[in-house]
Amino acid sequence: MDKELLIPTSFADDRVDGVDKVTGKATYAAEHQLANMVYAVFVCSTIAKGSIKNMILADAKRAAGVLDIIYYANCPAVPGYNPYAKDPNKKGYEWRGLKVFNDNKVYSNGQPIAMVIADTMERAVHAASLVKAEYVKEESDTDFENAKADEKKLKKPGEYKRGDTDAYKKGEVSLEEEYTIPSETHNPMELHATIAAWDGDDKLTVYDKSQGPKGTQRELAQCFGLDEKNVRVVVEYVGGAFGSGLRSWPHVPAAVIAAKKVKRPVKLIVTREQMFTTVGYRPHAWQKIGISAGKDGKLTGITHHAVSITSRYEDFGEGIVNVSQFLYDCPNVNTSYRLLPLDVNTPTWMRGPGPATGCFALESALDELSYKLNIDPIELRVINHAVLHPISKLPWSTKFLKECYVLGKEKIGWQNRPTVPGSVTEDGMLVGYGMAGGVFGAGRGQASAKGILKADGTLTLQSAVSDMGPGTSTAMVTMGAQFMELPANKISFELGDTDLPNGPTQGGSGTTSAIGTAINVVCTALKQTLKEMAIANVPAFANLKPEALKYEQGIISVTDNVSINISYTDILKAANKPEIEVVKDSGRATAEAQKYAMNSFSVHFVKLHVHPVTGVIKLKQIVSAADAGKIISENTARSQMVGGAVGGIGMALTEEVNIDNRYGRYTNANFGDYHVPVNADAPPMDVVFVNKADIIISPTGAKGIGEIALVGVAPAIANAVYNATGKRIRNLPITPDKLI
Amino acid sequence: MPTQNKNESRRDFLKKSTALAALTIASPVLTKAGENDEKIAALFEQMPLRLEVNGVAHALSVEPRVTLLDLLREQLHLMGTKKGCDHGQCGACTVHVDGKRINSCLSLAVMNEGKKITTIEGLANGDKLHPMQEAFIKHDGFQCGYCTPGQIMSAVCCVKEGHANNAEEIREFMSGNICRCGAYPNIVDAIMEVKKGGQSL
Ligand code: FES
Ligand code: FES
Repeated sequence: MDKELLIPTSFADDRVDGVDKVTGKATYAAEHQLANMVYAVFVCSTIAKGSIKNMILADAKRAAGVLDIIYYANCPAVPGYNPYAKDPNKKGYEWRGLKVFNDNKVYSNGQPIAMVIADTMERAVHAASLVKAEYVKEESDTDFENAKADEKKLKKPGEYKRGDTDAYKKGEVSLEEEYTIPSETHNPMELHATIAAWDGDDKLTVYDKSQGPKGTQRELAQCFGLDEKNVRVVVEYVGGAFGSGLRSWPHVPAAVIAAKKVKRPVKLIVTREQMFTTVGYRPHAWQKIGISAGKDGKLTGITHHAVSITSRYEDFGEGIVNVSQFLYDCPNVNTSYRLLPLDVNTPTWMRGPGPATGCFALESALDELSYKLNIDPIELRVINHAVLHPISKLPWSTKFLKECYVLGKEKIGWQNRPTVPGSVTEDGMLVGYGMAGGVFGAGRGQASAKGILKADGTLTLQSAVSDMGPGTSTAMVTMGAQFMELPANKISFELGDTDLPNGPTQGGSGTTSAIGTAINVVCTALKQTLKEMAIANVPAFANLKPEALKYEQGIISVTDNVSINISYTDILKAANKPEIEVVKDSGRATAEAQKYAMNSFSVHFVKLHVHPVTGVIKLKQIVSAADAGKIISENTARSQMVGGAVGGIGMALTEEVNIDNRYGRYTNANFGDYHVPVNADAPPMDVVFVNKADIIISPTGAKGIGEIALVGVAPAIANAVYNATGKRIRNLPITPDKLI
Repeated sequence: MPTQNKNESRRDFLKKSTALAALTIASPVLTKAGENDEKIAALFEQMPLRLEVNGVAHALSVEPRVTLLDLLREQLHLMGTKKGCDHGQCGACTVHVDGKRINSCLSLAVMNEGKKITTIEGLANGDKLHPMQEAFIKHDGFQCGYCTPGQIMSAVCCVKEGHANNAEEIREFMSGNICRCGAYPNIVDAIMEVKKGGQSL
């Protein structure tokens, strides 16, 4: 019997938390009700650089309901802010990132400088509006273009080279172009929020919007000098994050500080405007690519330089140029990466970090090269397909990239693509087709899971991960059903609480393979335990060895004589145990990584229309083809791909943080002016999966979807715009003014 | 900022009139005027409000500055209605007021005197999900679920208004509800199915 058929079809594909989400029962961070809770609201800086001379608090203090106003001068000592103060030789943990309310320094515009705590939300918001600061202002620098030109301002994290440097300069057919992307914000729909509650002096409970409950627990324990086990972090539901929940931002310790000071539970919600200045973003980046090929299309040289911004108080860098080192076979590659600190808040990982930015340049450049070579862009990529990883020379665990080209090409109708840009119209609109590839690292990280098999026939699986939307619970239930050979409606998955076994941080498309593996090991152990229990407690199995027994669909039987059998629920009853439980680890894929390169791949195809006069772009269709290993849940996997493509639409066409360099202040920090895609921006979308298991990476067969869903979408759109208009836009977003 | 000044002078006025208020109401609390200035002012800032939420009648006393969204979430603890921006730019807070979809963050609670409010918690009929809720599950019209209550409330009205005749029209009339997870095509499919089903919503 095909094991997958065991999952009732009515249940198999629906999200296990679907009913909670459509009825409003799903509880997100700010929605937990605690007795006696009060509200904290941030006051943020209005200059980009300098120090606070004076805080004017009188009006706020006398406003109704105000319990306290915390700022640098009265903020209780936070051990992790200054861990070496007491004993400089003792190793302490220093809070990374902005130490909110630690001193009077201002590092960026919109930095939290004070916090008002009041008994109702309205009173806290109002009183916060009455707090004013007097500054000693310093000259700020947020002008990327200007600052980048000054070599002295750049930090140098990395260089890479194989073969000849700048070989493209001597190539038969070559080009050299510059590409830029503006800063882009995650802006998940749920506002970041933290509720903190102290129990005495050394126990803390925090409800937080976090992609990693365990990570947040660790950060807070270190920051406040607590035992990890005394910090409980609860993350029941996460309303999207896309990377913004990968670390704790200033509001997390701030809520904890506030709760400590007023001795009541405190809820701190980051406003939408503050989401632009306090919880990270994809950094503004400039890239230059030089690329060359022979007339046969074989790449002969790639040079890739990148500069991206960071804050003054923290270095954040990502693998922007790495894609050029390994995505295609090329003998001569050199890359460099530089960081440019400016008077801004710290950027962070955002969906597809590194490759999303890098592939915009590389995949645009390849498209440009294809026109120069007069070779179809898909064909050009096939010609340069890397069989072995170009750096490590290792084979890939699995690589079905060529299959993606074939599947996607057919679905989009690639044969209709105009070979001469700007030559075809439909209903008066210019027609364009484009494609581009995406890639992200795959692997198997560390995770633990607990399985509790009960005599009532149910299996509860647990891990302290959170689910920001991809459908982790659904995937775990599906895999639990497969590994334990039980109907999915007998399985439940519990997550989002640090009291559960150690789960990974949800990021880098690694959750399914890590926890899925732990669940696989848990199920194997449960089966073994059941066999041993049958031998010890059921007379018919007495004196047999576990190896002589087999487990199938909830039944233990003697392999040589299946008429001797017993259901697992009866074994538990015979042993007089209401339940059995095991905790197991996934184990990292360290040994496998010595032998294989591991990546997920995607190829995105776009058809669009461009208005010949106004430059307005109307997407007609997007097809995303992915080699993401085995697809655990077709339904949620497809939704992830579609969602990533929508994110890519924003990156390509609308999203851009604007900064007024005179004040170092964002001018569009709201949804009215920072344009994320809305329903009317999303065309019909198709997703095709190669759906071949990668069992080298993990027994789940999965490789990961979240990042490759977005990586490559923006260049595919840019390439289609060129195909429609003959205009190559190398600075995102592609707004109509750039086309007319 | 002028609005703040106005607000403050109203508060100051209320506080100055404490003695008068004490006489009028003759409450023993009010006689300790000095330290209780703020509490008294706060008391005067409450306004009576009657409205019906999901079939339940409420007689409340609220500050005029409280939005309908914050009333629902922070005072009535109906957390199903979400806050995504507080500025009428995202649709996460969509509820029905007398059968029409509105952004509850843009409506002061006191403006809804005598009105009937329906939130996501009031959409299902007991355990029986509303057809739109069913369709959202079937077509996976969400990922994280945060925009979902707003999408569903909006979708129900989109159909009722007669703005769900084809995919293109649905896309336009659902564009006030942002989904950062990008579930748009699935949301359109869900609405198309409900529209085709022809049930009365
Ligand atoms: S919260 Fe009301 S529209 Fe965004
Ligand atoms: S489902 Fe996450 S924002 Fe729509």
